[in-house]
Amino acid sequence: MAVKKKVESLSEVTVRFAGDSGDGMQLTGSQFSDTTALVGNDLSTLPDYPAEIRAPAGTIYGVSGFQLHFGSSDVHTPGDRPDVLVAMNPAAIKKNLSELKNGGIIIANTDSFDAKNLKLAKYETNPLEDGTLDGYSVFQVPVTTLTAKALENSALSQKEINRCKNFFALGMMYWLYDRPLDQTLVWISKKFQSKPEFIEANETALKAGYNFGEMTEAFTTRYRIEPARLPKGTYKSISGNEATALGMLTASVKSKLPAFLGSYPITPASEILQYFSNYKNFGVKTFQAEDEIAGITSAIGAAYAGYLGFTTTSGPGLALKTEAMGLAVMTELPLVVINVQRGGPSTGLPTKTEQADLLQAIYGRNGEAPIPVIAAATPSDCFNMAIEASRIAVKYMTPVILLTDGYLANGSEPWKIPHNDEIPAIEAKFVTETEGFQPYSRDENLARPWVKPGTPGLEHRIGGLEKANIKGTVSYDPDNHDLMIKLRAEKVRKVVNDIPKLEVDGDSTGKLLVAGWGGTYGAIKEAIIKVRRKGYNVSQVHFRYLNPFPGNTGEVVSSFKKVLVPEINLGQLATVLRSQFLIPVEQLNVVRGLPLRTADIADKIIELLGGENE
Amino acid sequence: MSNNGDVKLTAKDFSSDQDVRWCPGCGDYSILAQVQRSFPDMVGIKKENIVWISGIGCSSRFPYYMNTYGFHGIHGRAPAIATGVKVARPELSVWVATGDGDLLSIGGNHFIHACRKNVDLKVLLFNNKIYGLTKGQYSPTSEQGKVTKTTPFGSVDYPFNPVSLALGSESTFVARTIDSNPKHMQVVLKRAAEHKGLAFIEIFQNCVIYNDGAFDAISDKATRDDNVLILEHGQPMIFGKNHDKGIRLEGYSPVVVDISNGKYSANDLLVHNEFETSPVLSMMLAHMTDSPGFPTPMGVFRQILKPTYDEGIEVQINNVKAKKGEGNLEKVLFGGNTWEVQ
Ligand code: SF4
Repeated sequence: MAVKKKVESLSEVTVRFAGDSGDGMQLTGSQFSDTTALVGNDLSTLPDYPAEIRAPAGTIYGVSGFQLHFGSSDVHTPGDRPDVLVAMNPAAIKKNLSELKNGGIIIANTDSFDAKNLKLAKYETNPLEDGTLDGYSVFQVPVTTLTAKALENSALSQKEINRCKNFFALGMMYWLYDRPLDQTLVWISKKFQSKPEFIEANETALKAGYNFGEMTEAFTTRYRIEPARLPKGTYKSISGNEATALGMLTASVKSKLPAFLGSYPITPASEILQYFSNYKNFGVKTFQAEDEIAGITSAIGAAYAGYLGFTTTSGPGLALKTEAMGLAVMTELPLVVINVQRGGPSTGLPTKTEQADLLQAIYGRNGEAPIPVIAAATPSDCFNMAIEASRIAVKYMTPVILLTDGYLANGSEPWKIPHNDEIPAIEAKFVTETEGFQPYSRDENLARPWVKPGTPGLEHRIGGLEKANIKGTVSYDPDNHDLMIKLRAEKVRKVVNDIPKLEVDGDSTGKLLVAGWGGTYGAIKEAIIKVRRKGYNVSQVHFRYLNPFPGNTGEVVSSFKKVLVPEINLGQLATVLRSQFLIPVEQLNVVRGLPLRTADIADKIIELLGGENE
Repeated sequence: MSNNGDVKLTAKDFSSDQDVRWCPGCGDYSILAQVQRSFPDMVGIKKENIVWISGIGCSSRFPYYMNTYGFHGIHGRAPAIATGVKVARPELSVWVATGDGDLLSIGGNHFIHACRKNVDLKVLLFNNKIYGLTKGQYSPTSEQGKVTKTTPFGSVDYPFNPVSLALGSESTFVARTIDSNPKHMQVVLKRAAEHKGLAFIEIFQNCVIYNDGAFDAISDKATRDDNVLILEHGQPMIFGKNHDKGIRLEGYSPVVVDISNGKYSANDLLVHNEFETSPVLSMMLAHMTDSPGFPTPMGVFRQILKPTYDEGIEVQINNVKAKKGEGNLEKVLFGGNTWEVQ
């Protein structure tokens, strides 16, 4: 008989699934997230996986993790430290224990705690038995054995049965946090459409895990997290990369410009190319180029031919595209360059997040080559900013760099889906009139005319050599060069008239302003909420437009005694703010390849306020 | 027929208002002239649909001198820029002007992949076997031992054979011509224009400043007939001032034979077949180029037809549209697992 279980209500929980790269932890985590979104919790996720595709089983560096923070009120980050660790092997404990909250829950697959795996995890004795885990609530579940037992009548091989164990673990977690199985059941039947024996086995494992939760005496408590009070509307869970691709598509539809994406696979940006390739029925053209340089130069060619040109990449790829970005500046063609920042320099930490490409984006080209730079603040904001980048590119005839990062790219959150008719159109116009045509004449925004090759009578030449003002012929004239350098800079500066002002969250003047940019929005926001609860008065701004800055930036940052800039780099925004506004800036820089920890930001805020709360 | 409906265009219509700035006597002038002369006869190509794209180098100034659409790109990247243009707008006639440094050194990767994909581009390689614009360093087509400013003791590396590289990269049209033979160049240009797919033409081009005379043996009236094999489809491979020499196949190797002494006749010779699907014949001809004792082949080495990359992309889009229906943004936005919040 099932034991009577206690039900406890929680407002939020952070769970981390961890196991071997081959244990299916990313899948388990994303299934748990999708179901959690469907039951109406707000959430934020952080997949954290090794760069190796299948690192040797059982090793510490081969541990793949998926963290998910969900709750019944606004959730802004994937959580600093998990409350619950699902550990499929000893290495998962070794790697994650130090991050687990004191007194947190560990659910361990005891079957994998054999001599070999303990040794691979560098444990001399079994942590489940030697007191290592004292102070935590440990649930020892022989997941592998129980899965095998549930599938004893299955036609699958032992190895295949073994691989169903993540669904058992998922089922168990569904029971523990009171989530329905439906969404995952539908997913399984779709995923394994052509292999009915796998559908049956995975479904059985999932249900067995759930029933185990119900029946076992080990679990005495079940947790309930009420749905979050989100604004009314239709939602879906979306990752940054998916939102970016969708934003690019939307920009194409809204501008009535066919889209071209030239891109070379690179972690963590490849998914954008993958998602985008599915939109062929919109007339989207994708070109998996021979290298990063061909990715951007083909996109420049397409833009020249009248397409909305995109190229997507990550840090090292952005470096390779540098020269071509200069060409786009010189030829004044609209182009959207999307950089999913990752740990650098060089190959760095390909699967980890970082914000260290800001200076590269703003300044990193030969010559005076100004480019508007914008950044997404949350996974779903990638959608808005991909549209924004396209709008600015087309309106000002300029390349635009959109910065996202590994955390935004892979992390997901619930997104209130906008309707097509709520999204403003992007105006794109091509010149066809031959009368008075000059390739480098300018409109009120200083944009030059966009002409499609194939237009009779407007044959003209453009290129990377300096162009004569208005006429657009090659010019070596010193004064002309000076003028063109200034015109190109002025054009980019003019974008300021076209972007929203900074909004201060909190008082518009005071002791401390925390200014962030890009993917750290959630962590900073949560830290602010935390310290305000303790009575501290602090204001927040978040930059999504970095070049040019919003028009009121100088005024805002000068209205506070101190400005704190937390960044996952050594102070790049801080440097730019100081140089542009001549203000002192405090920094918080933690470059671990992971999102900033809310607690670190909160501590820094309190330190800067000298412990003074009101 | 003409480029622009009723009015027959002339070479002049294709020349822009920019002063041509190549060194006097440079082989590039001949290439520009032959292009401008042959374009009016290119049936079915409207002037406004012609786009010239280039990289960096003396050759790459070419687009500025053509009164068509033109894009002077960055070093080595012309084939990639051109691919973007052609994929976006397959109705355009896209031409690439490039040099041996631009295409085969810094741009080698883009070149082989444009060939492999059979993007419908016309690639004109101005091969002068030297870096001109940077003032005389050896190039990837310079012969071994070349003494230049960067190789005062002679270059150590082996050169590329551009025709062999293009064939090896599966270019569907591969030809060679020379600046000193205007008629031949015009014929080859027209053939390339008519070809659907990537057409590669190696044009031997004399750089009077830094590598003058590089092609003397095959351009001087006195010697050229003995050193050049003009390839003609369906014709036996005969060359020589007195049409007295021919190419025969012995085993796997070509040999030069005398057909004047009665031992061999034209019937014993290899017959050129441009449309041979196997690459063996064209590859063999390509490698004759640098083999001592053999003539340098000129003309079309090989032409095969297969669907182009740009048309493949269009076909795929139409297929997906037919299958999934024309894209509907609202549907995509609201696709997947959604839920309502009341
Ligand atoms: S340097 Fe040589 S290739 Fe360049 S323009 Fe002068 S002659 Fe021609």
